[in-house]
Amino acid sequence: MKLRTMIWKELWQRPTPMLTSLAAVMLGVTALVAIQNITVFSERKIAGDMESLGANVLVLPPNVTLQDYYASDMHGHTMPEEYVTRLALARMPGVQNLAPKLCVEAEVDSAPVTLTGILPRSEFQAKTAWQGLAMLTNPVGSDRGCCTTTANLNTDSNPDSLATTRTIQELGDRELILGRDVAEKLEAKIGDKLTLLGTDFVVISVLPSTGTIDDGRLFAHLHSVQELSGAGPVVNVIEIMACCEDAAGSLITDLSSELPDTRIVTIAQIVETQVAVNGLMARLSWVFFGVLLLVGAASIASVMYSNVTERRKEIGTLMALGASRSFVTRMFLGKATLLGLTGGLGGFVVGTILAAVLGPQLLGVDVQPMPELLGIGMGAATIVAIVASLFPARRAAGLDPCLVFNEA
Amino acid sequence: MYQLRFVTQTYQRRGGIVTAVDDCNLEIPDNDFVAIVGPSGSGKTTLLSVLGGMLAPTSGAVLLDGKSLYSLTVEQRTALRKEKIGFVFQSFNLVSWLTALENVQIPLMLAGKSAEQQQQRARELLDRVGLSDRVNHRPAELSQGQQQRVALARTLANDPQVILADEPTGNLDNDTRQQVMSYLAEFHSDGRTIVIVTHDQQTAEFARRTIRIVDGVTQDVSMAEVA
Repeated sequence: MKLRTMIWKELWQRPTPMLTSLAAVMLGVTALVAIQNITVFSERKIAGDMESLGANVLVLPPNVTLQDYYASDMHGHTMPEEYVTRLALARMPGVQNLAPKLCVEAEVDSAPVTLTGILPRSEFQAKTAWQGLAMLTNPVGSDRGCCTTTANLNTDSNPDSLATTRTIQELGDRELILGRDVAEKLEAKIGDKLTLLGTDFVVISVLPSTGTIDDGRLFAHLHSVQELSGAGPVVNVIEIMACCEDAAGSLITDLSSELPDTRIVTIAQIVETQVAVNGLMARLSWVFFGVLLLVGAASIASVMYSNVTERRKEIGTLMALGASRSFVTRMFLGKATLLGLTGGLGGFVVGTILAAVLGPQLLGVDVQPMPELLGIGMGAATIVAIVASLFPARRAAGLDPCLVFNEA
Repeated sequence: MYQLRFVTQTYQRRGGIVTAVDDCNLEIPDNDFVAIVGPSGSGKTTLLSVLGGMLAPTSGAVLLDGKSLYSLTVEQRTALRKEKIGFVFQSFNLVSWLTALENVQIPLMLAGKSAEQQQQRARELLDRVGLSDRVNHRPAELSQGQQQRVALARTLANDPQVILADEPTGNLDNDTRQQVMSYLAEFHSDGRTIVIVTHDQQTAEFARRTIRIVDGVTQDVSMAEVA
């Protein structure tokens, strides 16, 4: 028999009082693990979304209120298309792609639709080559010191690239690309002809579902939309795919200097709210963790004190038999350690399962176990359990062994 | 050998001072069998606690084998108790959630013996007190007499030189009392010193020597005088 055998047997002999303390400690760790897990993976998803989105800077006409990034071109305000050329020729470090857009309302067989004019990358290449700027390898911007993104690498002429990179390599004057939802609504497929603004267009692609407002749109060449809608050489928005560190650095200042009559908005500002919510959640999880661990600590201390009281004679007997004060202290602190480790482990398991179940359901976030939280949870729970048991253990070790005698 | 020199033990009670042991001078040679008798509250158990190294006297000295018990630190006294002194209690004081075998193992565990040594020695001792068929029983599953025999086996675990027994037969019927005292007499014949506190005359008769204590004052008496 060893000390740990005694601790283990005593725990199993009287498990009920300890279950409450264990539950409180476990709840604290569960709250931390579940919330942290969801927030961390939510942030990773946002980062992933940002990267796959490509565009992380918007150039908008002044006085535009940005409510939704994906609908940022639906405000009705315009600015000259010539701004696109100015940006293309400015060769700003960090600018990887430009995607000007013009949105107009149209009808297909009396069904209202949103037609978005986009400019294929081949137009920029033609322009820059014509200007003799030798930018064929980097069609837009100098790309100096810029991070590599999926958007940058994509030179595929597949129209589906529009769904992920916001740009397309080639697009004919009377060609049309459909979002997934609008294609289903119009029952249109590749090769079909659709009449828009009095002109026939051929559907060359149906985009995969993106889960955004783009799913309900039709895309045509910018110049065709300008011409047929009578809007003239204007655009509603210029989406810029810039590498993150440049977008966060001097690029915004450079853009504002180049186009003073516009509003420059970064995607970071748009996701800021979401990130702030995540941050709040993460901080809250520590608050929950702290509060529940305090409750657990109070509960453990209370249970340990009553445990010492009900075991006075037993402790006295052990001391009479030769148990030292340190042995008695270790007996109680060992029990606290076991509680802390069990509570931490249990909390980690429950919290991870909870996050794995709730993450996809509530936030659409796939959650994986985070081993580092196991260490934090078990460590913190154990420390709290030990600290809470220090005074009861000291009290036990200080008991008068004479209490084992009947008359004492 | 125990030597008590001018030992006085007083308590503070409700603002007053109670003298539990009053200027006691006593010698208990090795292999003595002493019964301490006296009425309730006379200081018997206090004297036993002092002898057990668990209660420092207010004044005076307690020597065990020439060494002053209370000149030692608490930890040193604990170690000495573990090595030289065994206890028997009136209510047996077995750990309720451990088996008979595990209860006997406790002093051996505290002495740092290996699990195998603990088990072997505990089985031997339980066999000696006639409980080899009850090793895996918990105290609640044993009779009072069997529990006291487990406690006796536990007392012998570290082969103590001295056994201090506090009313060892107080909770037992007549037959069991005889049995337990026979075991203590047997331990005495092994060469151990036995000191028992009792207010039972029949129990005291097993001792070679009787010390009466009244109001904290000790007095060696003959068996006839006790009666």
